[in-house]
Amino acid sequence: MEFNESFILGCSAIGAGLAVIAGIGPGVGQGIAAGHAAAAVGRNPGAKSSITSTMILGQAVAETTGLYGLLVAILLLFVKPLLW
Amino acid sequence: MMQGILLSGSGDIDVMVHGLMKYSFFGHEVWITTTHVSLLFVMLILIVFSIIAGRAIKKGAEVPGGFQNVVELIVEKLDGMVNTTMGKNGAKYYNYIGVVFIFILFSNISGLLGLRPPTADYGVTFPLGILTFILIHFNQFKYQKPKDIWKDMCSPLPPWLPIWFPINVISELAVPVSLSLRLFANVLSGTIMMALIYGILGWIATIWPAALHVYFDLFSGAIQTYVFCMLTMTYISNAIGEEA
Repeated sequence: MEFNESFILGCSAIGAGLAVIAGIGPGVGQGIAAGHAAAAVGRNPGAKSSITSTMILGQAVAETTGLYGLLVAILLLFVKPLLW
Repeated sequence: MMQGILLSGSGDIDVMVHGLMKYSFFGHEVWITTTHVSLLFVMLILIVFSIIAGRAIKKGAEVPGGFQNVVELIVEKLDGMVNTTMGKNGAKYYNYIGVVFIFILFSNISGLLGLRPPTADYGVTFPLGILTFILIHFNQFKYQKPKDIWKDMCSPLPPWLPIWFPINVISELAVPVSLSLRLFANVLSGTIMMALIYGILGWIATIWPAALHVYFDLFSGAIQTYVFCMLTMTYISNAIGEEA
């Protein structure tokens, strides 16, 4: 069966929209990390700088999965691999 | 044919790397792209800055003032960051981490100068990840015994049963890829957001996008630079281990 170009582009757009749903996970994860960091600073204000750097490091690692979803969406929209 | 504004790839929205000049390199067609131009600008800024800073330090006063103070502050902050993360192994990595930090930081915030950030090109960030990978494994083989490395690679199971070995190899290979993809995707998403705002809103986007530039270029760029350097240092000090 032969599909025309606009059909494939539309399906790519839907796929890109579905791919960025991956952003939910890192959002929840980073929020949990930030909340626990705030609680830790409240309990021990002297360790603020090391808590902050640990939190940023953990959040950056958690963010990676969301970025993979973003990359898939960008590839679908701009590089259009399904049209090749 | 009706296509969405994003899908058409034409118009004002412009986020991709463009080729500027084509030349032949041993029979291959090689392009000079916008990334090369932005990298040249970043390099020029850094070279001029380091020449001026070196002169200022060479005839530096006992009590620093003005520009010398700023240079000493930058060096002290970078050295302090390396020291707190790597402990007593830090002294050997002042230079590498400092250079990588300043380079990535200037690359990320070069979007403010109207350039396309060089780090929004996977060809720039992947070599940085490869450098980290080489440093990790060089230090691993330098400071740890082959027996311990083998034990590490089979880690959840005992060393005479290397079923877990392929999985650990894949997780080692994923380190440079995830490091470079993280930096690349963060900077690229900032670039795309700014291009969308300028492209879709047109004349409405006149002065207020400056606030967004502060977030997408300055804040996000600085955080990603910090994260890249912190992860590099953490991996290297893990590879060095306790006994160094």
